[in-house]
Amino acid sequence: MRILVLAKPVPDTYGQRTLSLETGLADRDADVAVLDEISERALEVALAHAGDHDGTEVVVLAMAPQSLQASLRKALAMGAHDAVQVVDDALVGADAVLTAEVLAAAAQRTGFDLIVAGNASTDGSGGVVPAMIAERLGIACATSLSSASIADGEVRGERASDGATLTVCAALPAVISITEALPDPRMPNFKGIMAAKKKEIETLRLGDLGVEALPDDVARSIMVEASERPPREAGTIITDTGDAGTQLARFLVANRLA
Amino acid sequence: MSTPQDQTILVLLDRGPDGQLAASAAGLLAAAVALGTPVALIVGEDADALAERAAALGAARVLTAPGDQDALTVPAVDALQAAAGHVTPAAVIAAHSVEGREVAARFALRTGAALALDAVAVERDEEGIVARHAAYGGDYLVTSAATFGAPVITLREGSVDAPPPGDGAGGDIAPEVLDVTPSEAPAARVESVEPAREASDRPDLRSAAKVVSGGRGLGSAEQFALVEELADALGAAVGASRAAVDAGFVPASHQVGQTGVSVSPQLYVALGISGAIQHLAGMQTASTIVVINTDDKAPLFEIADFGVVGDVFTVVPQLIEALRSEGSS
Ligand SMILES: Cc1cc2nc3c(=O)[nH]c(=O)nc-3n(C[C@H](O)[C@H](O)[C@H](O)COP(=O)(O)OP(=O)(O)OC[C@H]3O[C@@H](n4cnc5c(N)ncnc54)[C@H](O)[C@@H]3O)c2cc1C
Ligand SMILES: Nc1ncnc2c1ncn2[C@@H]1O[C@H](COP(=O)(O)O)[C@@H](O)[C@H]1O
Repeated sequence: MRILVLAKPVPDTYGQRTLSLETGLADRDADVAVLDEISERALEVALAHAGDHDGTEVVVLAMAPQSLQASLRKALAMGAHDAVQVVDDALVGADAVLTAEVLAAAAQRTGFDLIVAGNASTDGSGGVVPAMIAERLGIACATSLSSASIADGEVRGERASDGATLTVCAALPAVISITEALPDPRMPNFKGIMAAKKKEIETLRLGDLGVEALPDDVARSIMVEASERPPREAGTIITDTGDAGTQLARFLVANRLA
Repeated sequence: MSTPQDQTILVLLDRGPDGQLAASAAGLLAAAVALGTPVALIVGEDADALAERAAALGAARVLTAPGDQDALTVPAVDALQAAAGHVTPAAVIAAHSVEGREVAARFALRTGAALALDAVAVERDEEGIVARHAAYGGDYLVTSAATFGAPVITLREGSVDAPPPGDGAGGDIAPEVLDVTPSEAPAARVESVEPAREASDRPDLRSAAKVVSGGRGLGSAEQFALVEELADALGAAVGASRAAVDAGFVPASHQVGQTGVSVSPQLYVALGISGAIQHLAGMQTASTIVVINTDDKAPLFEIADFGVVGDVFTVVPQLIEALRSEGSS
């Protein structure tokens, strides 16, 4: 079985994330990029299955600028067998629909039985790319899974939906997306890091995929304005000396918040 | 030339596990009223029974489609496609819920429409309909627009206030049953549905005017009850940090932050939460922020309007007591 993991490099949330106020786009030069944590968890789902099932091949796929290739090396170091990166200047500022079209075309070209993604990325947090890939490829899709079991010919899991948990099952080939309820990703070990250094990352361009960034007949979503939120003003900080609860109650009442 | 108010805004309404309209319906229809004439789409069994409720919330027309309950998402995408073909909307609006956003996104991809995700407001400017987004946890406000055509917009739940009850036209409305041609797109099968067990008399986290959240500092699931007690004293919803969710103090649906729920309430009270950047991403746009933490260096104090350096187990009981005597005086 071949499992394709969608891994997205994103600005590190532990650092300051900046948007260019001119373009409304992530400032890739200003931010430190890492593999999205949820993508690493998705990779963990695939690697755990591969560990128990001989003959399972795990390939990571990303659409990301060339400069972010280093984060794909981490996926290889964790144990992915191969990596594919879609790189093209025309993809700067790609919206979710274009991203899904590109990843769907790249997935088809690479081949797969199952696609595993994160439920939502931390930079865009759209949470829709996996479902759109399924729509484009005409295959089944089970998203937001808080558990996943992969078997021959099908994948099953619990889906944390709105106000309910559903048990869902999809016949392969399929797309699933997983939530952070799934286990933490493994750390790369020394052997993995060494092996990753030697691996070739396959690079694809839009031309290889037959996808157009700005076709005449498909609308795109574009940023037309961006501004920074003004910083919050400093508040009152007190140290409890026995009556802080009472003082806080007074604050809430005075501000009509109690 | 039609005026903006004549333009149809197609609104996909979510349904809860009980079959009723989801809480997001009121905000979605309120957002649509501001853009044009809202036409609601309700999918699934007995959808017709919900038409009156949708009309009371502002829908001028209600379209329904039966849909196969056991097939995930695809029947709703097919219904939305049929509805859009029927009414030629100037925009399509859905909730940014797990279900709503997926239906909207698949519809956009299928029909070549522009997709604006997780909007906190929708407006018209000279160019047409635009969506506003709170990017990077509210650090930035970004406006997006479609290059052409009717945009598909998912609206963050709780971001648009519903009008006070009784405002809508309501009354008798005849639902129009759509003729949907199934796409035959493969769908995952739903094998069982387990409604979330939640104390439902508390306000919904996403739309609550007040939120009390607890973190790792609460120490245990038993002690987390203190968060619930204060929430009830204030009439607030209960939130949590990821550390509290990971430790099993509360279900994941309560998580506030970058990978949880984003809230923007009047009042946010953080108990025993340090204020990691990923937590701030989900609550820093609250109007008033109150923090109680033993560590005076906790980053949350930097954005607090009122901070108490102290132990939640002594400060909060006193606070609850003071609020009670305030209420009875
Ligand atoms: C990709 C990614 C996504 C994430 N998404 C989220 C998210 O959505 N939401 C989220 O919350 N986190 C998220 N996190 C995790 C985040 O980085 C922090 O680990 C988490 O928010 C910490 O939770 P906490 O503040 O409860 O715990 P801690 O950081 O351990 O803080 C506990 C606090 O309690 C205080 N305390 C202890 N005892 C008491 C007492 N008796 N009285 C008062 N105060 C006390 C301590 O001083 C301390 O400040 C994410 C992380 C990553 C990498
Ligand atoms: N550019 C990308 N490259 C690789 N995977 C992606 C990309 N964008 C989205 N994904 C995948 O889709 C998931 C959901 O992303 P999103 O819909 O953007 O919130 C992510 O967790 C990834 O698994």
